[in-house]
Amino acid sequence: MATIIVAEDASVHEDAQALRNACQGWGTDEKAIIKILGHRNATQRKQIRQAYEELYEEDLVKRLENELSGDFEKAVYRWILDPADRDAVLANVAVRKAESNYHVIIEISCILSPEELLVVRRAYQSRYKRSLEEDVAAHTTGDLRQLLVALVSAYRYDGHEVNERLAKSEADILHDAIKDKAFNHEEVTRILSTRSKTQLRAIFNRYKDEHDTSITKNLSGDPHSDLQKALRTAIRCINDPKKYFEKLVRNAIKGVGTDEEALTRVIVTRAERDLNGIKELYYQRNSVSLDHAVAKETSGDYKAFLLTLLGKED
Amino acid sequence: MALPDELEALNKAFSGHGIHEQTLISILGKWHPEQRKSFRKGNPNLFIEDERNFERWDDHHVRLLKHEFMRFKNAVVLWTMHPWERDARLAKEALKKGPQSYGIIIEIACTRSAEELLGARRAYHSLFDQSMEEDVAQHINGCERKLLVALVSAYRYEGSKLRDDAAKSEAKTLFDAITNDKPIEDDEVIRILTTRSKPHLQAIYKHYKEISGMNIEEDLDADLRLKETVQCLCTPQQYFSQVLDMALQKDVDKSTKKALTRVIVTRADTDMKEIKDDYHNQHGVSLSKKIEDTAHGNYKDFLLTLIARGG
Repeated sequence: MATIIVAEDASVHEDAQALRNACQGWGTDEKAIIKILGHRNATQRKQIRQAYEELYEEDLVKRLENELSGDFEKAVYRWILDPADRDAVLANVAVRKAESNYHVIIEISCILSPEELLVVRRAYQSRYKRSLEEDVAAHTTGDLRQLLVALVSAYRYDGHEVNERLAKSEADILHDAIKDKAFNHEEVTRILSTRSKTQLRAIFNRYKDEHDTSITKNLSGDPHSDLQKALRTAIRCINDPKKYFEKLVRNAIKGVGTDEEALTRVIVTRAERDLNGIKELYYQRNSVSLDHAVAKETSGDYKAFLLTLLGKED
Repeated sequence: MALPDELEALNKAFSGHGIHEQTLISILGKWHPEQRKSFRKGNPNLFIEDERNFERWDDHHVRLLKHEFMRFKNAVVLWTMHPWERDARLAKEALKKGPQSYGIIIEIACTRSAEELLGARRAYHSLFDQSMEEDVAQHINGCERKLLVALVSAYRYEGSKLRDDAAKSEAKTLFDAITNDKPIEDDEVIRILTTRSKPHLQAIYKHYKEISGMNIEEDLDADLRLKETVQCLCTPQQYFSQVLDMALQKDVDKSTKKALTRVIVTRADTDMKEIKDDYHNQHGVSLSKKIEDTAHGNYKDFLLTLIARGG
């Protein structure tokens, strides 16, 4: 479930004007920006951008980029883009540091539905004049490349049928590959990157039933292996996206310092999808609300914006 | 007694591509029992002398005849089909037939536009309850799998923007890989061929010739799959013209023959004119003339009509 509180009756033109006012003159009225954008859904945000362009012959996104700064600016920039465009931008940022940020690429390719991933690939081509798989391939090597390119190129069947016999045989194939430490085995890539998500969940369940451990546990042998980490990420994302995000956000907040990049990404990309479910999971796991944790670890306009997206009433 | 001319006409009506229905009607349809009997006795390749004293149709030939009669029907069905369903079914059939047909998968993945290939993948979901890449991956192994899965999964950028310096260096990469043997096992070869846009690959094609002196597909004679891939991506009309030429030879196997229908039906709306031009340049005779000489009946007329569209 989404967390943002949307003002259904907002006037697009009034919003555009109010944003213009917020950006003019000395300084910027960040509170106004948060108050408006933080309460508009993707369709409304798109219409506001269009209205702003018509009224003032200027790109609202560029204007905000100039007016704002720091983590707040990054968050607002990501928030105001169309969801597919946003994911394309996130993918591009990750691709340029692919050897360390491949998990973002895996998130996008494994959590989105097949059609959503397709839209992101189109948006990526439109923005960067290259295909996503082209860039991923060019910035990675070896086994990681095989896995990542296969994941981003997938157009999985989205039906709900499960072939139980096949699930068992492929769970066994995975088990054997892991046992032989052949993590780069083609069969592992084949199964993870081509099977439907429903089928994969059946495979993971079968794996657990047959071997008494979850497949991700069996893939935790080498803490330095990027490939194993990538495989675990892919499996987690396919199996239970909410649980994956809860862990991501928990790790982003805990300890010394905060991983704003990850925190922003989860909140901005899931606020209109399943952030509520992630919040519930967070509370169950940490006995403190996500809002509370975010309020404690962040500050200023950035904090205010995140809390608004998390569903804070004004 | 059947006249020798009639016998010859009838034999001709049964051989080649398709059936000359008119001959069967005008000659065979008029024959009395004795004429038909002498036809049976005079054609031991079609009719076997059975031990119980009668001339029996050879099963194998009846099957061949069945295929020839079906050629027109198959062409019609394929022609009316939605291109997405068409490509999905062709891919599935190729996958089931095995390695000698995998070239068709490469053909579909590489000669269709990004959206057409996507459509085929969608249709595949509907028709077969699985994804195309899933099925391909399950049935093919080794290096071929990597190549084919990546090819059918590609959603290539179709704009004209390209970086010539990257194309130049990738041409060199390909040249080195080919020189060092077993290019299909080279990750970089796979990366370049399965992810780069077609305009980018055209630029690579050009630079390759400058480096090697030969065209890249000529240097890939030892690797059929890569050769087909490069041809389909960079010089599709030449590729199709070659496939057509092989299909129109005498005494070719079933699969090669089927290519005639497949290529004409799938390219009639796209680049048939360029394919015809290339065919003429390569073989000195027009494609229409060759089809006129080799195919029969309704099947022939249908094909000629398809290729005549669009000039």
